[in-house]
Amino acid sequence: MPTKEEIFQKVQTALVDALGVDEEEVTPEATLVGDLGAESIDFLDIVFRLEKAFEIKIPRGELFPEDVLTNSTYVEDGKVTEAGLAELRKRMPFANLDEFARNPNVQDFANLLTVADMCRFVETKVDVSG
Amino acid sequence: MRWYWIDRFIAFESGRYAKAIKNVSLAEDYLHDHFPGYPVMPNTLVIEGLAQTGGLLVCEHTRFREKVVLAKVPKVSFYFPVLPGDTLLYTATIDDVREDGAMVTATCHRGSELQAETEIVFAHLNGEHQARKLFEMSDYLKMMRMLRAYEVGRAADGSPLREPSEADCLAVPKT
Repeated sequence: MPTKEEIFQKVQTALVDALGVDEEEVTPEATLVGDLGAESIDFLDIVFRLEKAFEIKIPRGELFPEDVLTNSTYVEDGKVTEAGLAELRKRMPFANLDEFARNPNVQDFANLLTVADMCRFVETKVDVSG
Repeated sequence: MRWYWIDRFIAFESGRYAKAIKNVSLAEDYLHDHFPGYPVMPNTLVIEGLAQTGGLLVCEHTRFREKVVLAKVPKVSFYFPVLPGDTLLYTATIDDVREDGAMVTATCHRGSELQAETEIVFAHLNGEHQARKLFEMSDYLKMMRMLRAYEVGRAADGSPLREPSEADCLAVPKT
């Protein structure tokens, strides 16, 4: 049963390996896309490493609900609707969507995720101790 | 030129690993440009050979239903240049296969010497917004036959690897 600190260390290593960034750059507040330069293919790489590091399964769309962002019920004129936001909150309890909700451009969504969000996501999938 | 960067499979363990050989010959055009009078195989083409070895392994494992493409090389190291007359042994091992892609570790050896080692991330293209008609199953099959995969291949239960049936070939891939 890992501690929160151990989870952070492993997430940090996964991001260093996948994104080729230095350990110092991977701070809790760093955004994956904006600060660490992650691109869409990197998310696949990151998911592989997280699954391996924590012995968990991360089904497609669980970390990054692309199906919501491409669904016409949830997106209108490039912005996520109220229904869409509700669905995102439900699917991503580990992320803080308040900032995004103020101006919910689909294009900005990718830049939402921080390293801390990833750690919280892993915490929902493993038994955290300490 | 034909885009074949491996010449033959010498091992093909379905879902686990595959080994292929690549012979480097002065009869290959690119060597005379890279570089004139000093032929060296570009390491990018070593990666392509490793990717073909691993890619076909992943393809076969997913019963040729997924369009497997080389998407990312997170890490690669090369230890010495490859020269004409070299016979390279590529070994690709599946680390993990998911619905949306696969992770493979691969090495290149010349004899007992390690020439390269790498991680390769493959993506499966099968969504609405991605190219669906890039490959036909028959293309994979042709390549597997030409590379003699079915002469050395073994299925997961150890029995000889069989070509997919006509029904498999004609079935509509899942979207």
